[in-house]
Amino acid sequence: MPEKKMPGAKKGTFRRLIKLLFADYKWQFLIVCICLIVNGVSNVMPAVLLKNITDIIETGLSLGNGAWLVVRPQVIRLVAIMGTVLLFGLTAALVKGLTMATVTQGFLDKMRNRMFDKMQDLPIKYFDANGHGDIMSHYTNDIDTLRQLISETVPQMVQSSVILLALVFVMLYYSINMMLIVFLGIILMVVITKTIGGRSARYFVKRQQSLGKLEAYVEELMNGQKVVKVFNHEEKSMEEFDVYNEKLFLDTQNAGRFGNIMGPMVMNVGNLLYVLVAITGGLMITEGLHNWSLGGLLNGTFGAVISVSVIVSFLNICKQFTGNVNNIAQQFSSVVMALAGAGRIFELMDEEPEKDDGNVTLVNAKRDENGELSECSEHTGLWAWKHPHGDGTLTYTELKGDVRLFNVDFAYEEGKPVLHDITLWAEPGQKIAFVGATGAGKTTITNLINRFYDIEDGKIRYDGININKIKKPDLRRSLGIVLQDVNLFTGTVMDNIRYGKLDATDEECIEAAKLANAHDFITRLPEGYDTMLSSNGSNLSQGQRQLISIARAAVADPPVMILDEATSSIDTRTEALVQKGMDSLMKGRTVFVIAHRLSTVRDSDAIMVLDHGRIIERGNHEDLVAQKGAYYQLYTGAFELE
Amino acid sequence: MFRMFKKLFRSVREYKKESLFAPFFMIGEVAMECLIPLFTARLINSIQTGSDMREIMHYAWILIGMALLSMTCGMLSGWFAATASAGFSKNLRHDLYDRVKDFSFANIDDFSSSSLVTRLTTDVANVQMAYMMVIRIAVRAPMMLIFSIIMAVNLGGNLAFTFVAVIPILGCGLLMIARKALPVFRAVFKKYDKLNESVEENVRGMRVVKSFVREDYEKQKFAIAAGNVRKDFTKAEKILAFNNPLMLFAIDFCMLVIPFFAARLIVSSGGSSMMIGNLSSLMTYSMQILISLMMLSMIFVMFTFSIESARRITEVIDTESTIKNPENPVTEVKDGSIDFENVDFKYSEGAQKFALSDINLHIASGQTVGIIGGTGSSKTTLIQLIPRLYDVTDGTVRVGGIDVRDYDLKTLRHEVSVVLQKNVLFSGTIKDNVRWGKEDATDEEIYEACRLAQADEYIQSFPDKYDKYIEQGGANVSGGQKQRLCIARALIAKPKILILDDSTSAVDTKTDALIRKAFAEEIPDTTKIIIAQRVASVEDADMIIVMDNGTISDTGTHEELLERSPIYREVYESQTKGGEEDA
Repeated sequence: MPEKKMPGAKKGTFRRLIKLLFADYKWQFLIVCICLIVNGVSNVMPAVLLKNITDIIETGLSLGNGAWLVVRPQVIRLVAIMGTVLLFGLTAALVKGLTMATVTQGFLDKMRNRMFDKMQDLPIKYFDANGHGDIMSHYTNDIDTLRQLISETVPQMVQSSVILLALVFVMLYYSINMMLIVFLGIILMVVITKTIGGRSARYFVKRQQSLGKLEAYVEELMNGQKVVKVFNHEEKSMEEFDVYNEKLFLDTQNAGRFGNIMGPMVMNVGNLLYVLVAITGGLMITEGLHNWSLGGLLNGTFGAVISVSVIVSFLNICKQFTGNVNNIAQQFSSVVMALAGAGRIFELMDEEPEKDDGNVTLVNAKRDENGELSECSEHTGLWAWKHPHGDGTLTYTELKGDVRLFNVDFAYEEGKPVLHDITLWAEPGQKIAFVGATGAGKTTITNLINRFYDIEDGKIRYDGININKIKKPDLRRSLGIVLQDVNLFTGTVMDNIRYGKLDATDEECIEAAKLANAHDFITRLPEGYDTMLSSNGSNLSQGQRQLISIARAAVADPPVMILDEATSSIDTRTEALVQKGMDSLMKGRTVFVIAHRLSTVRDSDAIMVLDHGRIIERGNHEDLVAQKGAYYQLYTGAFELE
Repeated sequence: MFRMFKKLFRSVREYKKESLFAPFFMIGEVAMECLIPLFTARLINSIQTGSDMREIMHYAWILIGMALLSMTCGMLSGWFAATASAGFSKNLRHDLYDRVKDFSFANIDDFSSSSLVTRLTTDVANVQMAYMMVIRIAVRAPMMLIFSIIMAVNLGGNLAFTFVAVIPILGCGLLMIARKALPVFRAVFKKYDKLNESVEENVRGMRVVKSFVREDYEKQKFAIAAGNVRKDFTKAEKILAFNNPLMLFAIDFCMLVIPFFAARLIVSSGGSSMMIGNLSSLMTYSMQILISLMMLSMIFVMFTFSIESARRITEVIDTESTIKNPENPVTEVKDGSIDFENVDFKYSEGAQKFALSDINLHIASGQTVGIIGGTGSSKTTLIQLIPRLYDVTDGTVRVGGIDVRDYDLKTLRHEVSVVLQKNVLFSGTIKDNVRWGKEDATDEEIYEACRLAQADEYIQSFPDKYDKYIEQGGANVSGGQKQRLCIARALIAKPKILILDDSTSAVDTKTDALIRKAFAEEIPDTTKIIIAQRVASVEDADMIIVMDNGTISDTGTHEELLERSPIYREVYESQTKGGEEDA
């Protein structure tokens, strides 16, 4: 049957899927299987009924007048038996339908949660390496194809297979000679399904690709819509769009054509087969040929002349057989697409999760009379690193915010080093700035401090502790980050600020907003702090969004802050306001600043000038200006920055 | 709704022939499919009565002919239907894009660009599916139903009345299920979209999630939302799960009742009023009747789903761009002078706040004008009115002494070149990108524009020089390089008015100065408007406009403003303080 040869699908995907399904829904799975079998067998009943009733009618006809009264009890008995079997089939179908609804949606929910949970545990590298659209399509397209596979395709195929099997058995029972004729037709149908269905599936895959290309084109143009207008590029883009559109049309057309012609071909091969069976049957009767059958073996009529009732029911079986082969054939493309989708979902689920070997945790602490640190449950504003030792003892080190990098090397891709031999230190409360061109490695350093990426060589110490020993969540909780690209979440302004500290009161959030100088504009929004933000806060200006993200970091109250171009999209005048807020926020904290506007970094304790992954100059603003080196050139505008 | 379909069907255009052939051949196929059981009944009857092979072969040949005819018709119908539906969807996409490309920003903001993309792809695909159904199944099912009933009555006589009992039950049942399930499905699909939106947010904001260590919080949030979706989907599918048993019930009923009465009829009449072959074919017909009913209910469900998509598509097609070419447009811009007269502007009618109010301004042709102001002071809004990217709410904007609304849009935008703040390069070579400004520009012109924009030097440093491939969004050039390319792209059109909206923010001060110098020397007659954060970028302009909160706070030269504008002074000082000390 066609499901064995799947172009493009990875081997084992199907088995793994069924295994998962079975693991989660063992009972339901069994119930569904039983239902499918019961239902499949009951589907064959009409053919059996027809055969038997034809026999009875023939007997009745041979009895002559008043025969109906003689055969009536037999007919009633037959109909009653059949009715019971069909009732079972009906019940089985209902139970199967209801169970499948639970199983399908439950399983999809589990898969979604598995994917999402897994995704949360993946390193940032995964998100940097894979396009957002691609990741999203796992949740939309791939899950949709999976739904189709589980709720429709597989049950349909199993059901049809059960029916086919039952029909083969019935055929064997009635006539082996005739069955061989039917098989002849089936071989032809399989060949058709394979060639035509295979082509259709191939075009379906191509169609998906063309659709993706068209979508990418439209998205790019949508993003640049203003540019399109400004340059009167509308007509040109229409022409370009039409090229993609035409390709999509051709693939869709071909996929549809081959998909559409398969049905009539299979069904009419079935019709021809029907005629062939009728002719053979007719010949067998008129020529008095032997009929071999299992039924004949059982009741001793093996090799006798075939009866009309067998031929009649065989003809019906033939119809049913064709119908079910066609059912399976129609599932061909959806199986190919679903397995490809399932394969992609498994790929995501097989990604390496972010590793965390740390055992040092961050705890609230208080100091007793002797100045000794001890752990406590309430928030004290004092934090300590808790080290468990091999012998079961615990020691506490105060969290101060002392960060040191020693001879750090790093590369995103092997052989393409981004940072060379970086050594730098930030004492508690110091403000350290990074300046340098795009690609110089500024953001990379901050990526290493919070362990979005791990260093290749060298060491990083946080309050004297190797950061690899600190549990990642605790490390990150001690670092506040404000990024250049602001990401806000659907919810109110208040919700978004509270993201920094989930148990923060409204007052704390407002306080943080005031600190970031966001309070003013927030109160001027239509619904103040309760204003709903949607699609990443598109109803706010770039600067306003940045202010909210600064407030979000402020409410978290971390001892160390990383500001990656945090003020780049705020104009200098507003920046001065934000800066004031930031200054009070930065008081007593270690801060790493990345900025291309030198006014932002001028008051830093130390400025690192990065070039091609190396620190080429370091010192405070005055020192560096006096050196008249790269920083001086930057400062006077002889260098280009971004 | 009817009008909606009429509008959609306009996009069928050159695929009308295929759209008619598909149902035509479908009728042929259905006719054959319904005739075949009639002749198989005769075939069986002749076998039963022990006729000779000649008669059997007679019917066999008829049947083979019919099967071949049915196959041909079926294949042709499928073939044409594929072309018709794919063609229809192609035209729909074309028509949609044709609309969208002319949309004003007000239009695009109304729809949001991601929803426009969905309409172009998913919604069109849904309508395409529905169309294919209409020209195939929607023809097939009722035809099959009618033909089969006629044949059943013809063959079975009174027995066909069984259907009179079954069809209403089945029809009502199917309809009830569909009507119950549909609203549930519609509601859950909305929830489902929301769920996926939140996933998207998460993927985009993963750095934030991880920085705040919110992985578990997000997992919980997702599990709850996904659980809700699951519950609703399960409910909806459970309603649909009654479809199949109901169908089976109808089939089973016929399968039991018809043979029983047929047996009685045949036996008691001694085979004179009905024959076994008729019984067999009667059962085939009853199957066909019931399956047609099932198809009809399926069409009903599918159709209601795609109506939503159809509505979303017509919504776009029905939307006229809010900015249209006037009748008898002016096709020549006299000079580069600009006038704002009592201009008020808000982005949408519903907006409470005016983004610009009471703007009065005169800029002479060839002047260099700087604009300075804080975030949200509507600097960008102001200049977007000049090339008519938006229309004023009140008042008039004139270019070359003529209302911008009287110009041919192309002419106006050709003469008013804007380098946008949120600028975008497109995938393609540097030359391709610069040619956006002037389609038929020669290589010499491109080099010239890039020299003016101070881009030539770094372009020469690329191995492929002007043929360097720019990735989507200009990801592989630095911000400063990107900005200079965008300036070159605007310059090449040789506009009468050139507007730079914070377009040199990533360019170093020296290059910035060089660009301004080149402007002054090479294109002295062009009116130049420069929005900038740096005072240095505007201080030698002929006029500087200070914007504050949607109004013009002051205009004047650098010296004048330093003296009398507190805002200007504040900006100036925040940028030069310290700098001067070191200088």
